[in-house]
Amino acid sequence: MPPKKQEANPQDHRANVSAEELLGHYREMLMIRRFEEKAGQLYGMGLIGGFCHLYIGQEAVVVGLEAAAAEGDKRVTSYRDHGHMLACGMDPKGVMAELTGREGGYSKGKGGSMHMFSKEKHFYGGHGIVAAQVPLGAGLAFADKYLGNDRVTFAYFGDGAANQGQVYETYNMAELWDLPVIFVIENNQYAMGTSVKRSTKSPSLWERGAAYGIPGEEVDGMDVLAVKAAGEKAVAHCRAGKGPYILEVKTYRYRGHSMSDPAKYRTREEVQKMRDERDPIEQVRELLLTGKHASEDDLKAIDKEIKGIVNEAAEFSKDSPEPGVDELWTDIYATEVPQEA
Amino acid sequence: MATEILMPALSPTMEEGTLAKWLVKEGDTVSSGDILAEIETDKATMEFEAVDEGIMGKIVVAEGTEGVKVNDVIAVLLEEGESMDDAKVDDSKAQAPVPADKEQSSETAPAAAKSHPEPKQADASPDWPEGTEMKSTTVREALRDAMAEEMRRDDKVLLMGEEVAEYQGAYKISQGLLDEFGAKRIIDTPITEHGFAGIAVGAAFGGLRPIVEFMTFNFAMQAMDQIINSAAKTLYMSGGQMGAPMVFRGPNGAAARVGAQHSQDYAAWFMQVPGLKVVMPYSAADAKGLMKSAIRDPNPVIFLENEILYGRSFDVPVLDDFTIPFGKAKIERAGDAVTIVSFGIGMTYALQAAEKLAEDGIEAEVINLRTLRPMDTATIIESVKKTNRCVTVEEGWPQGSVGSYISSVIMQEAFDYLDAPVINCTGKDVPMPYAANLEKLALTTTAEVIEAVKKVTYS
Repeated sequence: MPPKKQEANPQDHRANVSAEELLGHYREMLMIRRFEEKAGQLYGMGLIGGFCHLYIGQEAVVVGLEAAAAEGDKRVTSYRDHGHMLACGMDPKGVMAELTGREGGYSKGKGGSMHMFSKEKHFYGGHGIVAAQVPLGAGLAFADKYLGNDRVTFAYFGDGAANQGQVYETYNMAELWDLPVIFVIENNQYAMGTSVKRSTKSPSLWERGAAYGIPGEEVDGMDVLAVKAAGEKAVAHCRAGKGPYILEVKTYRYRGHSMSDPAKYRTREEVQKMRDERDPIEQVRELLLTGKHASEDDLKAIDKEIKGIVNEAAEFSKDSPEPGVDELWTDIYATEVPQEA
Repeated sequence: MATEILMPALSPTMEEGTLAKWLVKEGDTVSSGDILAEIETDKATMEFEAVDEGIMGKIVVAEGTEGVKVNDVIAVLLEEGESMDDAKVDDSKAQAPVPADKEQSSETAPAAAKSHPEPKQADASPDWPEGTEMKSTTVREALRDAMAEEMRRDDKVLLMGEEVAEYQGAYKISQGLLDEFGAKRIIDTPITEHGFAGIAVGAAFGGLRPIVEFMTFNFAMQAMDQIINSAAKTLYMSGGQMGAPMVFRGPNGAAARVGAQHSQDYAAWFMQVPGLKVVMPYSAADAKGLMKSAIRDPNPVIFLENEILYGRSFDVPVLDDFTIPFGKAKIERAGDAVTIVSFGIGMTYALQAAEKLAEDGIEAEVINLRTLRPMDTATIIESVKKTNRCVTVEEGWPQGSVGSYISSVIMQEAFDYLDAPVINCTGKDVPMPYAANLEKLALTTTAEVIEAVKKVTYS
């Protein structure tokens, strides 16, 4: 029998947060959105090359889950990774400079949009092969369990990756070995241009965990407080040594799969309706204003501050020099183990 | 201040496009996310969204215009209350950034540099001091002893794979390890190569030193993406922040009568990948010394064993901590008539051939490469300069073989010393047949090595 999704008053699914925390979530989501808009602009100007996958629309997912994480917890994701990096506290300057392929980027310009890492922030990539990060995430959790700490790993992947075989190989071993990993399915409803309906007859993706004995639930990914509440539950499950947990977070990406997406697989109206009715940032803005936790002026000030940070990041990403030609030949082999013990 | 709207790049390869249609007209109020125009790229027709808000002041490029270059000004957006007359445009954006490759065309990348300099001088120092006590050991025991010693030394080392624990190893390499180290460190996996290889790479990112046993390397093909894309490339892609210190090991190449899917030599495949180190031992001493080095190495190491060699005995030095460095070939037999280069089970044919050739008065120098990446080309070149002839021996396929790489290095570094073309003795260019007689024909043989040597020595 599949694990039961808890049915309760929707209000119970939302985390109870202070006004300060709510403002924090607003700020972090807005940062991701403005950053991504700027990245789109820089791409259009030819400053960012190759593939660039924007996170606009999905901001509540990482912000909500990061709010449930503790210091030392790990995260790993796919190539749609800018939001995850900003949400875990990586410097927007270093992220943007990696997008432009400059020396000041997190990978010294050698990784690019899809391959970025921060040892300091426990961010393990940025992976370009769909679903490869899922066993990697379970492996990070394996290391934590082996080392006897109580850290938890968030392994993010999309509805498209959910059809890859290695996800289920990983589910099997993660449950078998009680690994402290949260499988976060960011279901934005489209795997590139193929809708979930056109790729599977499974009514829900999280329920596939039942075949391996992994509990999970569906979460409203446009509601940051609902995501946070679900994240806290999943973290508690993993930290208690009960093994993995699956969160299928229903979200939506406003922009194309990558920058070169002709957007022929869905209607403009569908996107607009989501923006108008479900926008994660607008929802929090509404909560802040109606609850009188912030004034219009307060929010404008945040807006301005973020614009400043993003512009500064963009300037840094243009001014930072390209990596030296010697960098072509470095970091191929390590002479000592480069990661934390 | 007015904002110039530039022709956007909408795909990785787009340099120009057609401005198919404007969806706004001059005087329209525009907000972020509105579609301004439809642009035809080399791939598709795309909608172009506004990023900034304002009033459309001027449409500079009319719809239907073809060949509009990326970053050309296509329109001007005004702020509220601003008119085109007082529009001062920040034209710094209009300058297209110079593509990096053009800017740097005068700079020459250090193409000859190698990330892991191969030894420039051949190092012929012995692997152990003279007079060291020796003990006859099978390759199987040597591998197990090496793993056990390293597991005693570092508690972050673990062994994972199919049947490594309770079954005691499909080929008995891990015999006894479960008893000594327990189920936490000797881990039986389900039959799921892609999955457990990925988990092991993640565990290496997370601070452990996993040894992954593939029951045979044929099954590692299921895990190829994790080995190459995740293990080998992460150090580079992360700018040196993190990598995968781990060993992928197991029997490689043909065993006996197991047919095409269980009989492939992957030496040349893995040898091609920067970020991997590739080891293919021949003797038990090689196996022990190199396995210990592999486990300590901070990089992903491919360790290619051979089922037929597992049961063979060789002398292994009795030393507390015997290691062999990577990139150091061993001259197994000195000679001046021809250089025979091989590795792994290929050494069996090379050495047998050398013995027979000596009966005819042809003294071959036989080099055991031991590691294929880094490869000790200096020892090969030094030998070829002396013998002026070279034959390579391996069981893998001929096209893109290890031997063909060695031939190219010799051609570049010792061309003037060669008295004959280099001959590569390889497996035949066919999938491995099952029938005993055909299988024998598909592999390289001692007779073929002898024939090749006679050819290059014109004898």
